[in-house]
Amino acid sequence: MALKVERRAAPLWLQPLLPLLAVVITFVLTSALVLLAGANPLRAYYHFLIEPLSSRVSALEVLVKATPLLLTGIAVTFAFYGGFWNIGAEGQFLVGAAAATAVGLNAHAIPPWVALPLMALSGFAAGMAWALIPALMKTRLHTDEVVTTLLLNTVALLLVSALLNGPWRDPISQWPQSPEIASTAILPKLAPRTRLHLGFLIALATALVVSVLLRRTVFGLRMRAVGLQPKAARFAGIPVERMLLISALASGGIAGLAGMVEVAGIHYRLIEAISGGHGYTGILVAMLGNLSALGVVLAALFIGLIDTGSQTVSRALGVPVYLGEIIQATLLLVTLAVLLLQNYRLRWERRG
Amino acid sequence: MRSPRCAYSAQFPTPQVPIPLSMTQQTPIVSMRGIHKRFGSVLANQGVDFDLQAGEIHALLGENGAGKSTLMRVLYGLYRPDAGSIAVDGRPVLIRSPRDAIALGIGMVTQHFALAAPLSVTENVILGQEGRLWLDRKSAEAQVAAAAQRFGLTVNPRAQVRALSIGQRQRVEILKALYRQARVLILDEPTAVLIPQEVEQLFETLMRLKAEGVSVVFISHKLSEVTRIADRVTVMRSGCVVGSVSAAQASPAELARMIVGQTIMSVSKPRQLSAGRPMLILDDVWADDDKGAPMLRGVSLQVNAGEIVGLAGVAGNGQTELAELIEGTRTCRRGRIMVDGTDVTRASPARMMQAGVGRIPEDRHASVVGDLTVAENMALEHLDEFGRCGLLDRARLRRHAEQLIAEYQIKARPDDRIRTLSGGNMQKVILARVLERQPRVIVISQPTRGLDIRATEYIHGKLLDQRQRGAAILLISEDLDELLKLADRIAVIYGGRIVGVMPAESATPERLGLLMAGMQHEHEAGGPDHGAQG
Repeated sequence: MALKVERRAAPLWLQPLLPLLAVVITFVLTSALVLLAGANPLRAYYHFLIEPLSSRVSALEVLVKATPLLLTGIAVTFAFYGGFWNIGAEGQFLVGAAAATAVGLNAHAIPPWVALPLMALSGFAAGMAWALIPALMKTRLHTDEVVTTLLLNTVALLLVSALLNGPWRDPISQWPQSPEIASTAILPKLAPRTRLHLGFLIALATALVVSVLLRRTVFGLRMRAVGLQPKAARFAGIPVERMLLISALASGGIAGLAGMVEVAGIHYRLIEAISGGHGYTGILVAMLGNLSALGVVLAALFIGLIDTGSQTVSRALGVPVYLGEIIQATLLLVTLAVLLLQNYRLRWERRG
Repeated sequence: MRSPRCAYSAQFPTPQVPIPLSMTQQTPIVSMRGIHKRFGSVLANQGVDFDLQAGEIHALLGENGAGKSTLMRVLYGLYRPDAGSIAVDGRPVLIRSPRDAIALGIGMVTQHFALAAPLSVTENVILGQEGRLWLDRKSAEAQVAAAAQRFGLTVNPRAQVRALSIGQRQRVEILKALYRQARVLILDEPTAVLIPQEVEQLFETLMRLKAEGVSVVFISHKLSEVTRIADRVTVMRSGCVVGSVSAAQASPAELARMIVGQTIMSVSKPRQLSAGRPMLILDDVWADDDKGAPMLRGVSLQVNAGEIVGLAGVAGNGQTELAELIEGTRTCRRGRIMVDGTDVTRASPARMMQAGVGRIPEDRHASVVGDLTVAENMALEHLDEFGRCGLLDRARLRRHAEQLIAEYQIKARPDDRIRTLSGGNMQKVILARVLERQPRVIVISQPTRGLDIRATEYIHGKLLDQRQRGAAILLISEDLDELLKLADRIAVIYGGRIVGVMPAESATPERLGLLMAGMQHEHEAGGPDHGAQG
């Protein structure tokens, strides 16, 4: 007998279950590590997944953690949908956060209903500008956007670092962090005694708008055709370059908005660790969510839960917080493998 | 494992043709029994028996997808059968790879040649069989030249394969098989890539091989060739052998019925009403290929309303680029393209469609988005008409698709992903999408490549309907039979130039073949002659 791989799409009923399958496989794979860390895997996963939902504060904290991921996930979804492989949400997030901070630092005399939209706008615009560079390089020079968007992430991080070590260094603490933004530039809280802020609703609204745009409009169908098969789309008279540019800019803008939301909703200032990989996690969220808005919302909430859970579990069982990160990373790899394998099937074949 | 046998044997009893005594007494050189091969859900071969006698030319006839190539790829060791046995010279053998097949004296020339372009003919022939450490180029060249001479395979042993035509490359492939001492030579659709004169030459070679005792399996779907060259014909359909008959006693009508399983009425060209005004004019058009090298060098051509102009030519002589110019996906370097009086020289695909051009390209898969549905693909070229305030009107999309599916007898549902459709149905979707707009000019390339006889006849009928309606049709095809059947005038393209235009009545395969090979230059009296510049 020999194991043979055949090209064949998974049946339709199986496709929504695949991300779930990825989660189960991840838990099986990581249970050895949990054991090694001296904890019972079942108890660990209980603290990971169930415990954070058992109290109001920690349940709302899941939403807080999910907010930036939801936005970067939607950003990556928009790009991937149109066939622009944007790996640069991290960099777009950072420049968006920096631009929003620039407005927030100077917003003392402006009322919130002006300051907040202005911050959102500048964050969005900065993210767009950051995505414009690789987008133009792709449409004009046919440069691979995977490389250019990825490389620009480092540039954005150094830019933020230069700002924080230079002009924006906090004069009070002398830490490499910006001073606090104006109180009028802070997103209002949604629930007392929690960190949940208006940004969560902004993220949900963005997901809804993008979902309608991509799934329900003529524009969305054109975008989908470009993403699936640019050659055929061009043949059908669809302006492929323009659509690619739009998907790249929208994606960068939404990632930039995520940066603004984290500044105005959580930290109230720019710090170097403002993102801490939210842009990269957005790729995981988008893939895990199968590039659908509902899927992205669920995936962001799930990752938010794991994020919160990794803190709970380390407190309860004394295992390192890094275990949570390992589980996240494993989940990314397994998800990608499962999504890849859904186009194939394994079959036993008798040797001839 | 005993396999279910094909149902056809009952439906079509093998004609009891008396077989010459000399053959019955020999054991067949190759005998295949109960060959089964499955690809996914497709049974490509289901219990096929096949015998090849020594020194015969045996044609394997059937439509695309009938299982002919699969059967022969099993024999050559390219595929491993799921069940069944093979005997060579009466002894059971196990063929696991082409290497095993070659050791048994079986050679195959597939449709895609396996030659190293930078090497010489001789180097290609002896590749893998050098024997010793040191290459004796001289004696190898002499051997190759002698073999070429003996079998009428004219090719220079020292020529670089890169510089050879498709027909010459095929000869190198045959030489390669003979050099490996093949007693059985399998040729997979060898004439598909040849011009008529090269076909004659190939047949001459096959006769000589036969005289030397080599057995030949000749895969084809062309009846006329098969009845001329073959001693014996085995017809396959849907993975089964329908029957095996002596070529001398098989009538083409009977063979056609065996291939298709039923009688098919062939469409015929009605009389041309009257050639209308010029609808598509190409005037001294120049364009580059994908690598930026000049491909079209001053093409001038005119297609009138109510007329089908066929464009003949060996692949790679500029017909793809010419079609892309009119499809709006390639940029014109120099010259002018007019559609019904409008200048569309550098028009985008969208503007070409506005000007009234219907485009059915060579590569079906590059004109539809495989993962979109049939309904979405049907609307893709005119999506604005399916929007309400920017929102997609799914109900209208569906109604539109249902209507076209019914009108064009497409076997698909509106929500099926288009890549799940058969080639014929996919082509019908593209045809429906284009013809629905009643285009004034239609440019259609290789419209029936890979389609079965039924779908082919359907598409031919639709094209003739369009001609009656008054459309100007440019039909680009490598299938001369198709051009002779449908076209009112036939133009021949060679080296990026139109080297001849003639009324279909005065076109013969021989005359077209000479032009296609670039051996002659003809011009329509009074026609614009820009081709001679450059």
